[in-house]
Amino acid sequence: MSVRMIDDFQPLYGLMAEFETATQLVDAARRTREAGFKKFDAFAPFPIHDLDEAMDLHDNRVSLFTLIGGLIGCCGGFGLASWVEGVALPLNIGGRPLIAAPMYIPITFELTVLVGGLTAAISMIIMNGLPSPYHPVFNVERFQATGSKNKFFLCIESADPMFDREMTAGFLESLEPEEVAEVAR
Amino acid sequence: MAQPVELPDRIQVGPVIDEGHSLASVSDKISGIVLKRKITLGWVFGLLISFGVLQGLMAGATWLFAKGVGIWGINIPVGWGFAIVNFVWWIGIGHAGTLISAILLLLNQSWRNAINRFAEAMTIFAVMCAGMFPVLHTGRPWLAYWLFPYPNTMDLWPQFRSPLVWDVFAVSTYFTISLVFWYVGLIPDFATLRDSSTQRWKQLAFGFLSLGWRNSARHWQRYEKAALLLAGLSTPLVLSVHTVVSFDFAVAMLPGWHTTIFPPYFVAGAIYSGFAMVLTLMIPARTFYGLEDIITIRHLNNMAKLTLTTGLIVGYGYMMEAFFGYYSADIYEKFMIWNRMTGPYAPFYWVLIFCNVLTPHILWFKRVRTNPLILWFISIVVNIGMWLERFVIVITSLHRDFLPSSWSMYWPTVWDWAVFAGTLGFFMTCIFLFIRALPMITIFELRMLLPGARVEGRQEELVQ
Repeated sequence: MSVRMIDDFQPLYGLMAEFETATQLVDAARRTREAGFKKFDAFAPFPIHDLDEAMDLHDNRVSLFTLIGGLIGCCGGFGLASWVEGVALPLNIGGRPLIAAPMYIPITFELTVLVGGLTAAISMIIMNGLPSPYHPVFNVERFQATGSKNKFFLCIESADPMFDREMTAGFLESLEPEEVAEVAR
Repeated sequence: MAQPVELPDRIQVGPVIDEGHSLASVSDKISGIVLKRKITLGWVFGLLISFGVLQGLMAGATWLFAKGVGIWGINIPVGWGFAIVNFVWWIGIGHAGTLISAILLLLNQSWRNAINRFAEAMTIFAVMCAGMFPVLHTGRPWLAYWLFPYPNTMDLWPQFRSPLVWDVFAVSTYFTISLVFWYVGLIPDFATLRDSSTQRWKQLAFGFLSLGWRNSARHWQRYEKAALLLAGLSTPLVLSVHTVVSFDFAVAMLPGWHTTIFPPYFVAGAIYSGFAMVLTLMIPARTFYGLEDIITIRHLNNMAKLTLTTGLIVGYGYMMEAFFGYYSADIYEKFMIWNRMTGPYAPFYWVLIFCNVLTPHILWFKRVRTNPLILWFISIVVNIGMWLERFVIVITSLHRDFLPSSWSMYWPTVWDWAVFAGTLGFFMTCIFLFIRALPMITIFELRMLLPGARVEGRQEELVQ
């Protein structure tokens, strides 16, 4: 098998292997991690839960931020209603209590969901480094054509301390991919 | 690991997705509708009709802004006419979309993957239609921002002890979160469209919308987490929205409105009408776009079952309303329910009982549930029935209240009809544009249903 090379003058971003099935990708990702690589990524056109385990992915910060956002919305909603009714515009309506907690629950709940939901979406986008108008992986023609459709890819970055142009290419070939390609930066 | 549960043939009808599809074929098929398919005469015709009907809204709203709400049929005692009837009807329709996208996701019902995008789109357009009505009903839509709490020179604030203010928060939260959830679901599909399109401007447009999504496993992990959290937050949200809408009625001290059964019965009614609308739209769409292999008979069967279930809850609600009218021993409650059944609006009530209580019972038959044409007609009947339900609830409680001297009748004017028809036109215009501009089926979730998505060596369950 030959490695699809890039021109010598182009800086190298990494090496990318293409796989035919999800099973091969999960297996390859596990072996890459076990070989000691840190800066690598797998690409699949749909979420594969086994990959999280194979690559040891357990980033729970989105959940944490959502919890914080939800709590801000919760306190904000109850606080807003209480402050408006109790301080800003106290209206005595038939002697009913100004701070009528049960009546503030709908507002509290809606703002919890609103702030929590927005935090979940925005924190996911930001922590994924999106929007990213340019990324080197798209320089691989096969990835551009099939990466979001039906093929599976694994990319080891040249920034990885263990990376070596020839050795890493050899390692990727040992995973029995369809093709290995160099990725221009 | 759980084994896939095989239901007996008696219950199961057909596969979730037809045999012979691969990862590439589903991507090509669905993105092809947006990218490759020629614009057909039928689509142009449908869009033009919808856009024509939409002009009713333009004319009705223009005249309303010029003259005020007096052009509508509302007066005292019926101050809540078509505007509130249509508001409740439209917002109810939206509920099926969120149920499909959020609740069925949490329940791991993977058959929903083929229909959730379409249903969510329907939700968003229906909530847009719903939102117009209270704003128009204020009569001074240019002051609609007064509904929100903001520091102002008048030193006035919304009354947080009023359900009408809760409604503002519930509906605007519902719209925002539905839109965000929909967009998050679209990001990976935008990436597929970006990579599949051959024209530069489409690549740029879809590339922009996809935010540069590259299907990285590290991204998917956070993405799945965020999607799950959004589903978890949307589930109580969808239940809360129609509950709050029902509070608009239930908190008022009016016979026929002041009941504790309203929240659950409104939520069930909302999902009932929503599923009817999903069927109304999806049965023609799957036929015209040849999607019978992806939106299969199984989907129609499942949706018909959900329609039947919620229809039975609604029927129970009507029964309890009538029973508690009698059992309350309250003269006004008794009169209200008697007036509803035998008074001047009795025909509306009995047509509603026919549409909502009797009609769904033919869904007990599998032959009916698996026949798209009959199902489509039933869905239309249910849509009409649910609209009549809201009409009966709003009008019959108001038009004859405690003092006979203030009794009156309510009849909509041509402007009421123009605005209502106009929102139907708006809704259909949005649906027609959506079908051609965005993938109407979630491509990446559909891939997960395929055998090619299975990871061997571990028993990844694939719920059929």
